[in-house]
Amino acid sequence: MHNRIAEYVSHYREEALAVKECNTLRPLAALVIIFASTGAFSDQENTGHYGIGATPSELLISTWDIAIGPDGEELPEGRGSVADGKAVYAERCAVCHGATGIEGPDPILVGGHGSLTSDKPVLTVGSYWAFATTLFDYIYRAMPFVAPGSLSADEVYALCAFLLNANDIVDENVVMDRDSLPAVRMPNRDGFVPDPRPAFGDQKRLER
Amino acid sequence: MEQVHRRRFLQRARDAAAGLVAAIGAPSIGAQMIDSTKIQGAPNREYGTRSRFESLKRWITPARYPSSTASWTPLGDLDGVITPSSLHYERHHAGVPDLDPSQHRLLIHGLVERPLVFSMADVRRFPLEHRICFLECSGNSYTEWSGPSAKNVQQSHGLTSCSNWCGVALKTVLNEVGLMDNATWIVAEGADGAAMTRSIPIEKCLDDVILAYSQNGEALRPEQGYPLRLLVPGYEGSISVKWLRRLKVTANPYYTREETSKYTDLLPDGRAREFTFVMEAKSVITSPSAGQTVSSKEFNEIRGLAWSGRGKITRVEVSIDDGQTWRDAKLHGPVLPICHIRFSLPWGWDGRETLMLSRCHDETGYVQPTREVLRQNRGDKSFYHYNAIQRWRVDTDGQLHNA
Repeated sequence: MHNRIAEYVSHYREEALAVKECNTLRPLAALVIIFASTGAFSDQENTGHYGIGATPSELLISTWDIAIGPDGEELPEGRGSVADGKAVYAERCAVCHGATGIEGPDPILVGGHGSLTSDKPVLTVGSYWAFATTLFDYIYRAMPFVAPGSLSADEVYALCAFLLNANDIVDENVVMDRDSLPAVRMPNRDGFVPDPRPAFGDQKRLER
Repeated sequence: MEQVHRRRFLQRARDAAAGLVAAIGAPSIGAQMIDSTKIQGAPNREYGTRSRFESLKRWITPARYPSSTASWTPLGDLDGVITPSSLHYERHHAGVPDLDPSQHRLLIHGLVERPLVFSMADVRRFPLEHRICFLECSGNSYTEWSGPSAKNVQQSHGLTSCSNWCGVALKTVLNEVGLMDNATWIVAEGADGAAMTRSIPIEKCLDDVILAYSQNGEALRPEQGYPLRLLVPGYEGSISVKWLRRLKVTANPYYTREETSKYTDLLPDGRAREFTFVMEAKSVITSPSAGQTVSSKEFNEIRGLAWSGRGKITRVEVSIDDGQTWRDAKLHGPVLPICHIRFSLPWGWDGRETLMLSRCHDETGYVQPTREVLRQNRGDKSFYHYNAIQRWRVDTDGQLHNA
């Protein structure tokens, strides 16, 4: 993870230089445009391209490209087992989420199955989340709260394996990696529906 | 010598003030009061600050982690429609990062013809986009789902604020990178500790979304996303990603934690609504409101705010008899779409206990619902998107309460 930060810092410098180079060439380009036209830009002449911005390096894109969609395309290399995850969880997560993921004080991660229609729904990874990739994405970028982004890909895969197993979604021998994680089908996968609003337009005929 | 002169001078100013106080019958702090017409005032300031007599502040929800909570705008004591930047509501998921604009970059990549990275100087060179619009957290008024709860309008409705924003239209910048045919969503990501991430439909991005660098005429406040944020008009606040560093154009939404685990709406049948973006029409009487006291039985003015994420507010009605009769309030223009609108209505109080409500309409024909209708439609397990009519009770002693 420290490598990730170091890459990021050195990367910033590289990009800053690239942008600088671009800026020195840009006034020349602008002059060419101005002399070629009658002077001021008009709507007709304006193609909507301004020539602003620099080409990013592959390193910048790969370093920043951390958001992971349901197909798992951006998942990094690495792997982790339920047993590994149990150890990482005890060390890095239990202090906030409780010894087994149900004690809190921070959000409950385990259980709540079948509770969504009850008087006290318990929204957990197992009872509510639609995609297992969301788990990797969020832990990798934002957890633990006090040191976001400080877990390695292996540790995060292991935590995914542990939490999915604790929620009875995968068995205890599972190993999570960039192929197996997106293949996990979450129990509440079909539990989400599109937004049907607006719902109250007919109220405009309310009596005064 | 100067000391002596100054002492005499101040004494004279005090004497004059004492005379003035006697004449106008002001409170008995006169002995300490200085007649401001008899001395030079304070020098100019390079960066202004409010009077020492003013002390309005945001209210911060108590939380286990102070960097992941909300602070609420004191709507009950503000006038007009522009929220001072210093009092704009805040909702952070991992605190406020300290970003140097000279180092900040915006990367746009994914399903584009030409991935590009922009410095802040680059972003500012694009043609200006300018608008006044509100931002509301979809958790605003969450305490009111089950019944009257918050003790004042700041704590019930203070997660909405309205500013004058400047930046560049996102569609202009997307034209610069060139969208591929299968571009359908954009995943926006912040440079905060949560690397806050939301998916936005491409139609909205090509409509009215702004990459904003300025709020109320000056650079964004750090807590509002300095140096660059998304501004997605009419949509729930969390999608206007602050400290914006990356836009990835994709073929699908990414179902991030903040659009599945959070910011979804659980229904009674156990299903949940996803991507409930729009902040629907809402109004509230800001004064008098809970915690305040009606001081006169003769002339009072009821004042409030109305707003809609779907467009312009067309009408605000006020009832002072618990909804039995309604009167149209005056809308103080200009009435802009997706913007706070200030309304007012004169009111002579008869001294009896009464219930006071406001109800707004927007240009789509939508009418702000009652709590009962909202709950019938959505059940009572929802947390976000509470926009029902707010009721205040005026007691015979003139004090107001949430009812």
